[in-house]
Amino acid sequence: MMKTLLQILSLAGILLTIVPSVLLFYGSINYQVQNTLMLIGAVVWFGSAGFWLGGKVKSS
Amino acid sequence: MKIATISKKLDALYEFDREPVNNKSLQGIGNFLGSYAGEHVAGTEFVIGMLFVAHGVSVTDMFLGGLIGNVLAVLSWALITAPIAVKVRLSLYWQLKKICGSVLVFMYNIVNALMFCFLAGAMVAVSATAVGIPFNVEMPTLSDLYPSSTGWVITVFVVGAVITTFAIMGFEKLARFSKVAAPWMFFIFVAAAIASFPRLGVETDLSNFWEVARTKIWNGTALPGQSQFTMWHVIFFTWFANAAMHLGMSDLTIFRYAKKWQYGYASAVGMFLGHYVAWISSGILYAAATSDAPGEVAYQAIGIAGALCVIVAGWTTANPTLYRAGLALQVASPGWSRWKVTLLAGLITTVAALFPALVMKLLDFVALYGLILIPMGGVIFADFYLMRKAGLKDYYAERMNLNFNWAAGLTWFILLAAALLMNRVAGVELYFLPLPAWILAVGLFVLLSKFYQKKQV
Repeated sequence: MMKTLLQILSLAGILLTIVPSVLLFYGSINYQVQNTLMLIGAVVWFGSAGFWLGGKVKSS
Repeated sequence: MKIATISKKLDALYEFDREPVNNKSLQGIGNFLGSYAGEHVAGTEFVIGMLFVAHGVSVTDMFLGGLIGNVLAVLSWALITAPIAVKVRLSLYWQLKKICGSVLVFMYNIVNALMFCFLAGAMVAVSATAVGIPFNVEMPTLSDLYPSSTGWVITVFVVGAVITTFAIMGFEKLARFSKVAAPWMFFIFVAAAIASFPRLGVETDLSNFWEVARTKIWNGTALPGQSQFTMWHVIFFTWFANAAMHLGMSDLTIFRYAKKWQYGYASAVGMFLGHYVAWISSGILYAAATSDAPGEVAYQAIGIAGALCVIVAGWTTANPTLYRAGLALQVASPGWSRWKVTLLAGLITTVAALFPALVMKLLDFVALYGLILIPMGGVIFADFYLMRKAGLKDYYAERMNLNFNWAAGLTWFILLAAALLMNRVAGVELYFLPLPAWILAVGLFVLLSKFYQKKQV
């Protein structure tokens, strides 16, 4: 359940990364709003994905 | 240092993978898809796509040449590297040691370590171009080969110190961080490209995309001071950007865990996400920017998230690279602990990073890196497929208890000398040398082995 929630949050983070640039392209938002949303997307992604993505890695 | 000591230290370093991988340790296709997708969306992608634009690649060269080069790279992994890996199931180190002997492998390790340091250095410099933005550091331009300002030197030292400290602290957590960062970085690349469309004048229905791409991005004319690239450059660079890994056989270490050789095709994910979409994306955002520094270019497109991506991309590429360099150099150090060796590697890396040439000439460095290591891949290929057919012994160093297989050593040295001559005297560009070097290595190793093995008997 917790993992699913985190994955949904990560998806939101990715959407906040890609969608603002599309909205900027179509003139729906301005440059500043785009940049702010993408920064929030980065915070949401790193704040959530680290808990379910990136299992143990071999050091070879 | 005595040969026996070198050999003992090398063996201890790679002790955990001395035996061929057993059936229980084999991994599914998902691991390979994830690994390649993560590894090939990296800091270098920001620079390579940008440099293609600077070298005057045309839109057809970029899209068609990139496609052909990437297909050839994937086929190299799938048809050359993976089949040997799943039959032998040994890491590159042990495979090479059986063929070449301890001393030659030691030399290979040191060369590899230095190459790793320079590659990590390029990534430190890439990160520094983003870290320096809030401090108004004067960024290097395409034509800068030497440190351009005091601010640049300080920034590079700070970034180098931080990256070295993390590499000393360990590898595993950072590798996990890289895995988490990779998908986000890919979307940042794509988003930054889309965000650059309005500045390039792309219509919202994309009707003029090709026209803009042809005239404003990949316009076919090199920037002043840059050599002119053709489709051949794009094909060969793209094919051999990871020459050390596929035809050079470094990825034997990865594919020895594959259930089937067909898993070699998993490399397509890394190639087409990283070396196609990401290169195209970084070309687009460079064309829309007013700077040559990757951090500044990404910042202009999408603000802080872009600069952050450049820092993360540079960092996640530099750290494992620095860690591996430390491992390789550890063998040559007189009993130093891991942290001291990594500190030394970090110092070499940071000093190298001071020179913007490493970033601005990254295409040449990547080609050189592949060229230097690729002949040993040809040696492994020949040993696996041709030696017994030619009536010769494979794994000759192991069978004869040799520390230095001269047939392999001479193959490497002769081909590197020949490549140097071709480049310096005949003017053949570095990008076109790895393929003949690999093919000649296969033939030369068999030929030299005929004499060498006869002499030994």
